[in-house]
Amino acid sequence: MKICVTSEGKSLDSPVDSRFGRCSNFIFFDTDTEGFEAQENSGFQFQGGAGIQAGQLAVSKGVTAVLTGNVGPNAYRVLASAGISVFTGVSGTVKEAIEGYRNGKYKAAEAPSVALKSGTQVKNE
Amino acid sequence: MIISVASGKGGTGKTTIAVNLALSLGDVQFLDCDVEEPNAHIFLKPRLTDERRIFVPVPEIDESKCTYCGKCREVCAFNAIAVLGGTGPGGGSVLVFPHLCHGCGACSIFCPEKAIKEIGREIGMVESGIRDGMGFVHGRLNVGEAMSPPLIRKVKERADSARTVIIDAPPGISCPVITAVEGSDFCLLVTEPTPFGLNDLVLAAGMLRELKIPFAVAVNRDGIGDGKVDDYCAGEKIPILMRIPFSKEIAGAYSRGEPAVSLFPELAGQFRDLFSRIRTVSGSS
Repeated sequence: MKICVTSEGKSLDSPVDSRFGRCSNFIFFDTDTEGFEAQENSGFQFQGGAGIQAGQLAVSKGVTAVLTGNVGPNAYRVLASAGISVFTGVSGTVKEAIEGYRNGKYKAAEAPSVALKSGTQVKNE
Repeated sequence: MIISVASGKGGTGKTTIAVNLALSLGDVQFLDCDVEEPNAHIFLKPRLTDERRIFVPVPEIDESKCTYCGKCREVCAFNAIAVLGGTGPGGGSVLVFPHLCHGCGACSIFCPEKAIKEIGREIGMVESGIRDGMGFVHGRLNVGEAMSPPLIRKVKERADSARTVIIDAPPGISCPVITAVEGSDFCLLVTEPTPFGLNDLVLAAGMLRELKIPFAVAVNRDGIGDGKVDDYCAGEKIPILMRIPFSKEIAGAYSRGEPAVSLFPELAGQFRDLFSRIRTVSGSS
């Protein structure tokens, strides 16, 4: 099965991007083959609807779970409607996130974790 | 003649100048296009006699006809539609995000199954009335609503071409401002002589050049800050048509909802002079 991890870079050693709709890259990881595909997020600079497009992409890739830092209400609505589990509060590298997911470290979110437009704010890390 | 009063920076005195100009001229129509926070009525105190609720069209999907082909999502420039083709719990579904929809109608035009019709979503209201001989119209955007340009257009549809029309524009240089000022015969940019005022004045001047609207500057709170607004206007050959001195009394009157001209009647002459200069520099004398 396929999972989607938001990532700052394009490798499994990249840090998890804390934003969903406005992340830098998506890593689509296949848990059966251990293979992955990295895709730049074209919605990064959308004025609006970035979360919806990102959610739509996850749906079209046929993922069953999304691992990310935070997800807003629009993206959550798309993912939840498609029956995709959303795991928020995920950090570390992409590899660690996938490991944590496999070990049942994360609990599926039952609601969006942030408000509309949160991903457009400057990150202060 | 349509005169809009705008500024890059907020809080420079657009409403002060628009309201006092209108009161000094008397026989005008006033359009408050700052629909996110209309406040000219506080100073003009018009008797509102008419209100109309304003709607924008948003798509409604007839899922009995929908094949989840995704065409509507593809043509939507505002990411307001998501299509889940058969992977959702109950088969396919189409999710519409009305607050992102600009009401362009592309989804219903391109839907091959004719499964989309447009329904109205209320975004605010247009109220109108009179004060003495002055016509008054303003828009009030619903709280939490982001889509102000369609409402601003509805306010402007009420412009009476037979009269002098004064438009109080929102601050900034983005879509709501462009919607408010476009079609004006002249735009007066209000600024204050500070680095902030200058920075945003430069942006607003660029916007008006792009829109090909003749414009000039009014300096409010004259006497504070520095001389860089003057230097900029001189260098760019932008006329400064009026200067209102920095005055605690004018600020105090504003905070009480009193127009400056009712406190200082001598200002009315200066505003009528401003109008004459606008007619001269815009070539419509």
